[in-house]
Amino acid sequence: MSDTTETLVRMANQIADNLMQESDPAAATAQHIKLYWDPRMKAKILAAQADGLNDFALKAVKILNMQ
Amino acid sequence: MTYEPQKDFGTPPSNSEKMVILTIDGREVSVPEGSSIMRAAAEQGTDIPKLCATDSLESFGSCRLCLVEIDGRRGTPASCTTPAEEGMTVKTQTPMLQKLRKGVMELYISDHPLDCLTCAANGDCELQDQAGAVGLRNVRYGADATHMGQEKDTSNPYFDYDPSKCIACSRCVRACDEVQGTLALTMEGRGFDSKISAGLASDDFLSSECVSCGACVQACPTETLIEKNVVEIGTPERSVITTCAYCGVGCTFRAEMRGEQLVRMVPWKEGKANHGHSCVKGRFAWGYAQHQERITKPMIRASIDEPWKEVEWGEAFAYAASELKRISEKYGKNALGGITSSRCTNEETFLVQKLIRAGFGNNNVDTCARVCHSPTGFGLKNTFGTSAGTQDFDSVDDSDVILVIGANPTDAHPVFASRMKRRLRAGAKLIVIDPRKTDLVRSPHIEADHHLPLRPGTNVAVLTAMAHVIVTEGLADEDFIRERCDWDEYSHWAEFVSDKRNAPETLEPVTMIAADELRAAARLFASGGNGAIYYGLGVTEHSQGSSTVMAIANLAMATGNVGRRGVGVNPLRGQNNVQGACDMGSFPHELSGYRHISDGDARALFEDDWAVTLDPEPGLRIPNMLDAAVDGTFKALYVQGEDILQSDPNTKHVSAGLAAMECVIVHDLFLNETANYAHIFLPGSTFLEKDGTFTNAERRIQMVRKVMTPINGMEDWQVTQQLARAMGLDWDYSHPSEIMDEISRLTPSFAGVSFDKLDEEGSLQWPVNDAAPDGSPIMHVDGFVRGKGKFIVTDYVPTDEKTGPRFPLLLTTGRILSHYNVGAQTRRTENVAWHPEDLLEIHPADAEDRGLKSGDWVKLNSRSGETTLRAEITDRVAPGVVYTTFHHPATQANVVTTEFSDWATNCPEYKVTAVQISASNGPSDWQEEYEALSEQSRRIASEIEAAE
Ligand code: SF4
Ligand code: SF4
Ligand code: SF4
Ligand code: FES
Repeated sequence: MSDTTETLVRMANQIADNLMQESDPAAATAQHIKLYWDPRMKAKILAAQADGLNDFALKAVKILNMQ
Repeated sequence: MTYEPQKDFGTPPSNSEKMVILTIDGREVSVPEGSSIMRAAAEQGTDIPKLCATDSLESFGSCRLCLVEIDGRRGTPASCTTPAEEGMTVKTQTPMLQKLRKGVMELYISDHPLDCLTCAANGDCELQDQAGAVGLRNVRYGADATHMGQEKDTSNPYFDYDPSKCIACSRCVRACDEVQGTLALTMEGRGFDSKISAGLASDDFLSSECVSCGACVQACPTETLIEKNVVEIGTPERSVITTCAYCGVGCTFRAEMRGEQLVRMVPWKEGKANHGHSCVKGRFAWGYAQHQERITKPMIRASIDEPWKEVEWGEAFAYAASELKRISEKYGKNALGGITSSRCTNEETFLVQKLIRAGFGNNNVDTCARVCHSPTGFGLKNTFGTSAGTQDFDSVDDSDVILVIGANPTDAHPVFASRMKRRLRAGAKLIVIDPRKTDLVRSPHIEADHHLPLRPGTNVAVLTAMAHVIVTEGLADEDFIRERCDWDEYSHWAEFVSDKRNAPETLEPVTMIAADELRAAARLFASGGNGAIYYGLGVTEHSQGSSTVMAIANLAMATGNVGRRGVGVNPLRGQNNVQGACDMGSFPHELSGYRHISDGDARALFEDDWAVTLDPEPGLRIPNMLDAAVDGTFKALYVQGEDILQSDPNTKHVSAGLAAMECVIVHDLFLNETANYAHIFLPGSTFLEKDGTFTNAERRIQMVRKVMTPINGMEDWQVTQQLARAMGLDWDYSHPSEIMDEISRLTPSFAGVSFDKLDEEGSLQWPVNDAAPDGSPIMHVDGFVRGKGKFIVTDYVPTDEKTGPRFPLLLTTGRILSHYNVGAQTRRTENVAWHPEDLLEIHPADAEDRGLKSGDWVKLNSRSGETTLRAEITDRVAPGVVYTTFHHPATQANVVTTEFSDWATNCPEYKVTAVQISASNGPSDWQEEYEALSEQSRRIASEIEAAE
């Protein structure tokens, strides 16, 4: 995994960790990424898929993938 | 405007709403109850002679020059200390008064050198004026004077103290006490023998506690304390009102000029942010504007290994435009982006983001606010509905409990700190949450009721624990919450904070704060009356910066402390125009006025006005731009007034990103560190050379006015406009007021703002619209901007940056009074007298373990890199914590900081880095290599030739 992909994975995990208390943490994480990430970052995290993502971040990526 | 000193009413205004009517010299005047007779007379246009009184200070009654006669009263009371009363009849000029005054004046003059003609204050001296006013024509007493012939103290770089001219009025001493709150001066001796002194007998001004705010110089009626510039240049002949370009307090000044030469900056009494006060930076540290290192000609080069080539403006624009177009065609338009500056005006910032959105065709625009207050925007928008502080500065006068978290206002926001300290001396309670013992924790006549020296990185845990106490001990203001907030959201939050895992006792091992102390602080905040929270970068620059801002908002709502004077949530903004840069749509996901770029209606407004189609997707933030550059998808950057290489974290990563770009355009005053990687340099203009507006931390929009011609030939907005035109955009602004008209047309919260209205009102606090045509000093008065205030659960998530055996200490960073941010300006002024280098503060225990003493070189290592700097051993920091500033490029403190950042905004986690320190004998390899690179990269062809 490239450094910058690692950065995105860390960012996604961190978002999920901080939204853990939301009623639907995965959806909240997906929404946050949708609102604040540039398309190439979104594309990159979608491509990274499972590697290193925590549960909710992974679910969030799946939600984004379906959109 | 021709030169006139600011009118002095003699004593401060009274805030009373009750008016009294009295008769002065046969004319009726109506003034607020509590006004002095002197002030009442001045309001009516009669200036009673005076020496010891000035309207920035409480009356003192020592000189006896201001005597008046009052019908029905015996004697001749001093008008500065006698309150105006209903029905009073006062005479200010009678033969008896004239005689008394002459006598007093004679005594003063007998102890004063009569060298008026050659005195620097000639024409601007109250003693001289008053001698004239009382009709003094001769002096009967001998010249066995007590003050004459004493030595001058010229140690302060900006002002001199000449005791031989002193009339012992003690205005300076009182200014230092009352206005500045530093209490550096004392009056030694009695009567005519008295003499002012800066602290100990051995102290001169420079070595004393004096912070060089200049309040005493302004208060001094004679030439005793006088700006060196007035001595050198002469007294001013005209003045222009403008706004300080340093910090977010936004002090307004009279730039007092001779021709195009700036003589001095004098804080403007009418200024609503500063009320006639200032700090050393704004008042004195503007010499950088004329510094020899300032670049005044555009320069280009094909590669950063080449020396710079000076070119005409036209060639620079054409080259920049051709490079940007080439890159856009080759790599796609999303390979371009830009950075706006919190140092530049609203109008300039607006233009840069417009150039990127409308010209580059993407949303890759960000601002240096990314690295300071982006979490404020996120946190307050989500909880309250708007990305700004809730109060004006004056509100602090009504606060009963002041909570300062992660802010060091005496250094970073000095003029507001003086205000706050005045309120604290008058009895307000103080809670400080900070890993360091900042000056506020203990200073003359001020002592924090509670100092919670938390472990860096645990803000959320501390605030949640405070909320736990407030909710579980029944201290929440449920009436407020039911009326103003969503009760279900509150209940959910209350349940979360009440959980035992959030109790201060449970969290004590994490926060390192004694549970009792935390409980006491929480009780005080919830039940001590009006509670106001002030915070700074110690809140935002963390991996949970946004959560901390939301936790602060929760605390304010839970205790009913929003929507009136004396309360609120107040981010202390770093740079002068951080608020403005954020308001102007500098973030990649937001248009001006904080409307998300995906909002079709908002976009349509801009698309219509600009005749373009905007990309609905958010763009890259600064750290993402650098990552994308390393990945090869981001190739060109236009940076206005910002030095990301020095100010952004993990310097090596920033330099790798910049080095990977094909076109870096730096638009700045100096060849800054970022310019080492630049291909095009566009010289910038200073705030003295342009028109526009800044918006301070209170949302106050104030005018910046051009006082001299830009030495680079163009104001910054003109440079951006020419660049846009070279790229084919048909911009045609002839004045920044037209840019403001466009901002107001496109931004609902600025709907009522225009240069004309600002000229009329002096300043306006947004929102300015139909509902609030004169602006909004306090926000959320009748309800939150978002409707119901939103409680958001903020769970403490420890940072990934952990101490361990290799890096056992936590480094936190901050700033110092005399310098500003990366120091590009202040390092080029005499302010270096106070802070020639960055120091590393180390607790004595940690120093002893490593055999270090003050002044030693220490190596500072983190997993990102290493640097060296000198040690200062002090118990201001807790054991296990080290602290430094980042004002000097040679220190490269950011070589050590990491890429970790706030979860919501990517604001870097400057305040927490795990480090190790050890003895060292000098600069690190990186520092030496970097020094060599800088030297190589700063070469300018014409200078090399001239030297050969
Ligand atoms: S410059 Fe400011 S701090 Fe220094 S002595 Fe004067 S009032 Fe006090
Ligand atoms: S230095 Fe100036 S302000 Fe201070 S006591 Fe002397 S004359 Fe008054
Ligand atoms: S730096 Fe800040 S406090 Fe100092 S004069 Fe300027 S605006 Fe005021
Ligand atoms: S001015 Fe009133 S006593 Fe000095």
